[in-house]
Amino acid sequence: MSLSTSILLTIALAPLAGCLLAGFLGKFIGRAGAHGATILGVGISCALSFYVLYQLTLGGAEAYNQNIYTWFQIGNLNASVGFLVDRLTAMMLVVVSFVSLLVHLYTIGYMADDDGYTRFFSYISLFTFSMFMLVMSNNFVQLFFGWEAVGLVSYLLIGFWYKRPTAIFANLKAFLVNRVGDFGFLLGIAAVLYFLHTLDYATAFGAAPGLLGRTLQITAGTQWDAATVICICLFVGAMGKSAQVPLHVWLPDSMEGPTPISALIHAATMVTAGIFMVARMSPLFEMSSTALSFVLVIGATTALFTGLIGIVQNDIKRVIAYSTLSQLGYMTVALGVSMYAGAVFHLMTHAFFKALLFLGAGSVIIAMHHEQDMRYMGGLRKYMPITWITMWIGSLALVAVPFTSGFYSKDAIIEAVGLSHRWGAHYAYFCVMAGALVTGLYTFRQMYLTFHGEERFTVLAQHGHGGHGHDDAHADHGHHEPGVLAHAPKESPWVVTVPLVLLAIPSLLVGFFSAGPVLFGNWFGSAIHVDPADNVLGELGQDFHGSLAMALHGFTQLPFLLVLVAFVSCTYIYVFNPAMAGKIKRALNPLWVVLDRKYWFDTVYFAVFAQGSVKLGRLLWQAGDKAAIDDVMVNGSVKLVHRIATSVRRLQSGYLYHYAFAMILGLILLLGGYWLMGSGHMGSVLAGQ
Amino acid sequence: MFNHLLSLLIWLPVVGAIPVLLAGAARPHLARWLSMLVAVLTFVASLFLLQQYNAAAGGMQLTESYLWIASWGVHYGLAVDGISVALIVMTTFVGILVIAGAWEVIQNRPHQYMAAMLMLEGLLIGVFCATDALLFYALFEAILIPMFILIGIWGGPRRVYATLKFFIYTFFGSVFMLIALLYLYQKAGTFDMATLAALPLTMKEQTWIFFAFLIAFAIKVPMVPVHTWLPDAHVEAPTGGSVVLAAVMLKVGTYGMLRFILPIVPDAGAHYAWLVIVLSLVAIVYIGYVALVQEDMKKLVAYSSVAHMGFVTLGIFVAFLLVRESGDVGMAQLAMQGAMVQMISHGFVSGAMFTCIGVLYDRMHTRSIKDYGGVINVMPWFGFFYVLFAMANCGLPGTSGFVGEFMVILASFSANPWIALFAAFTLIIGAAYTLWLVKRVMWGDITNSHVAEMKEINGRETFVLAFFAIAVLALGIWPQPLVHLMNSSVSQLVQQLAIHKI
Repeated sequence: MSLSTSILLTIALAPLAGCLLAGFLGKFIGRAGAHGATILGVGISCALSFYVLYQLTLGGAEAYNQNIYTWFQIGNLNASVGFLVDRLTAMMLVVVSFVSLLVHLYTIGYMADDDGYTRFFSYISLFTFSMFMLVMSNNFVQLFFGWEAVGLVSYLLIGFWYKRPTAIFANLKAFLVNRVGDFGFLLGIAAVLYFLHTLDYATAFGAAPGLLGRTLQITAGTQWDAATVICICLFVGAMGKSAQVPLHVWLPDSMEGPTPISALIHAATMVTAGIFMVARMSPLFEMSSTALSFVLVIGATTALFTGLIGIVQNDIKRVIAYSTLSQLGYMTVALGVSMYAGAVFHLMTHAFFKALLFLGAGSVIIAMHHEQDMRYMGGLRKYMPITWITMWIGSLALVAVPFTSGFYSKDAIIEAVGLSHRWGAHYAYFCVMAGALVTGLYTFRQMYLTFHGEERFTVLAQHGHGGHGHDDAHADHGHHEPGVLAHAPKESPWVVTVPLVLLAIPSLLVGFFSAGPVLFGNWFGSAIHVDPADNVLGELGQDFHGSLAMALHGFTQLPFLLVLVAFVSCTYIYVFNPAMAGKIKRALNPLWVVLDRKYWFDTVYFAVFAQGSVKLGRLLWQAGDKAAIDDVMVNGSVKLVHRIATSVRRLQSGYLYHYAFAMILGLILLLGGYWLMGSGHMGSVLAGQ
Repeated sequence: MFNHLLSLLIWLPVVGAIPVLLAGAARPHLARWLSMLVAVLTFVASLFLLQQYNAAAGGMQLTESYLWIASWGVHYGLAVDGISVALIVMTTFVGILVIAGAWEVIQNRPHQYMAAMLMLEGLLIGVFCATDALLFYALFEAILIPMFILIGIWGGPRRVYATLKFFIYTFFGSVFMLIALLYLYQKAGTFDMATLAALPLTMKEQTWIFFAFLIAFAIKVPMVPVHTWLPDAHVEAPTGGSVVLAAVMLKVGTYGMLRFILPIVPDAGAHYAWLVIVLSLVAIVYIGYVALVQEDMKKLVAYSSVAHMGFVTLGIFVAFLLVRESGDVGMAQLAMQGAMVQMISHGFVSGAMFTCIGVLYDRMHTRSIKDYGGVINVMPWFGFFYVLFAMANCGLPGTSGFVGEFMVILASFSANPWIALFAAFTLIIGAAYTLWLVKRVMWGDITNSHVAEMKEINGRETFVLAFFAIAVLALGIWPQPLVHLMNSSVSQLVQQLAIHKI
């Protein structure tokens, strides 16, 4: 049994069809038509994705690897559009289509009163299509297509509310920072082509062992290891897309987009593309432990230091955004210790609970009439119980309480890093361990500030403008007085809460049931290649005696104790002694400033790269094009011609005696010249006449 | 019936311009429809050319040759290879869109405008199929005349300065080409380009001839540092003039390099390839920065044209390095194909960008970026096209803008990673200047009452932009037909690079 090409094509193209319908015919088919068409498209993809996963696991189907059409053929070099669908791809398909479907559904409620309703549906379906093309690709060209296409949709969606200056600043920033990553990524692809002479995955991975000992001359006398060059360049791309330090700066700002896409694109799926890509490239990365150490250190730094910023954020979405950065750091760390399956596993569990948290935050934001500042929330649990409970489930998974999905994925990463001998593993171990405490701190703080404690908002007396007063807030977001609501907050409609519940279930359960096979059962098979010498996951698997035992063991381990510390201190600070938070902030003021300014990354980047480039551009334009080329060379030659012409013109005075004098002078000079050179020449000249 | 297809393609628009002219100022509508008819017929003829040309065989096909000036042995010689066919079809396609784009925009003497446009189209087609060097030279110079007229009559306020600068700049370069051609003629006794290609030349001769050709063509492309005529010409040119200038005329320069530098002086070309490569990289990086700070939309896009044409010259000369130094013929083909695809793609993308600016200019009568802001609020459909073409301009995969640049960057890595590093910088700087432009013009709230009064694009404008969009997307999604059309010709060109003349 094998996978059918038409099913795979349908998975990819159904969302595209939905996107085109909603985008171009939105006026004719209306709002219901737009969400109907797109949900149908993504629904079909989702159902078929589950079917493909079923075929590949229980159905015993072989991995699918075929080209669909030739993109270009030059000499022996073939670039095609084609699909590689193995278990790694299938897992991504299921995660992407499932979260995307729920986000589509959720959007009906969240964007109900937005003017850009059909446009929004068109965009998220376009995103789903692009993401499918990325994960299903069997070659580097299509990978790059999907890579940039999701970047485009991210750009469009961050700037969805294009009237807001902050949104259109954030989307430009996101695109450009991602382009810095893509710059490295493209060079990585070029290096693959140079060393391995192919753009096809299977051929490249097959030839990867041949990289051993090959080098690239960077400058005279400096030889770089080929695999290291390839992998670091490719990883720079992942750093952009998966927002790793120092290319992480775009992700927090991306929260300018509507919340559904924060959940779908900037938490669950697109930002994990870098993680997926490195896992897919495992045969290449296994060739260079230098590159993996680089990956490890970058990931560890991201995991700890961006999490710290999350502690001082007041915007509910930004807390989750920094949490996403930190969790992406965890996944990157897993990649760095050759634990690709663990990285992808965490990618999956994270997709569920982080989408849940974002959508929950969106539900809170609706209830708060588009107030995102947690300082004006508090005590919301009694107004919106479903949101409250489901968000707690997501939070517990995020902090990795045993038995939740997050526990199985994250705990395995921490343990594996402890076992690794790779350069940088000690530093990484410290970072991911400390990160567990940090995760607890920002998560519990957020939950308490939002749902517990006393209400820090006031509700105006009811005044008669119907039941949908909160919704004009999209346009004039931020103009109203903070903490003052027109109506009391209320639970969101079913299109919002149903996705929360449907995400809470896998957040809670998927880890328990899949940790055994996916983490330790070599579930991915040949999709992921790990050098036996570095197989920390295999080593870890020897101590694995089922999900139950692992969870029970987890209660006694340091990560859980750190979470407990975070829980106790947050409970004390935010429930029993609210004045404490301010005191701590004052006591640790220098630290607070460092975190509040986000280590000055944005400030420095803006001054150096944005303003610096404009200054450099002005300088080059004025000094180069205007002064050196136009004034000196072009207009300079014109002036020179003019000047010579002017002076030469004076000779043509029109006086006969001037001309006669010139003729005599010329004759004398000529004859004198010949006389000086000798009579022989003179003779020949005369003879010539 | 197809024996004189190339002549038909050249003379149809040139002769067709006469009735358009005769329609006169009194019957502008007749003139418009007549010119559209001629443009469509020419396009249809070019489709026949596409069908007649045997891409698998490659080489020069559909040859026509008649003695033109007997005393010098000059022939009216025409033939095409895959590259010429691609350029000709692109020219006739853009030709229709330019006529449609000028429809009611040109109110002042529309019959003359349309006639000049058709004339220009015919001459450009001629350049792309001439096989006699003197015929090429004559046509190469002749295209200046209609363009001179287009800018000089329908141009902006500083059109006199711009036309003179444009004319003298390019004419200056042509003089060197003429000298080189005369030298070659007195050695070979013919202007036949195939014979000149086989002519043995010493390195000293090749060097002189190489630089003569390089100056002529570099100005036309234009390459840094002889590019400053282009922003001025664009700024003053009417929209249609800008579109043809960017889409087709610039390609005459790189096409000339293919036809003269590569086959006639391959050794000098290989020896000085580094010079052209460095200038191309300067075009990509330095011009990127200069484009970033432009305050005039048209200047910005004009500078971005210079940067994009840098990829064409880079691809052509990286192929030299790959063949001569690495011996990697496959990669050299990739580089050369990349350059060719970039030529065609840039024709569509820059044509579309200038059309977009024309649409904005027709409504606001200003090209200054700061006069705009929040246009998307009043022109959402136009915004769709504008963002699409902007994305193509910064090389987004799925649009034609990506294909050529991608090929050239991949191939140059094999020649030298540093070349690829600088070339790939376009990913960042290209996106920066293009999307910053989009941000300031399109996004944001409506900034002033003039923007608020702007009208959504009408049917005619939608037609023009939609056809550009189809071309840009089709090439981006499936470049193989274009690659296949040019493949044999490109591999023949690459083989020529390997031939040493000394």
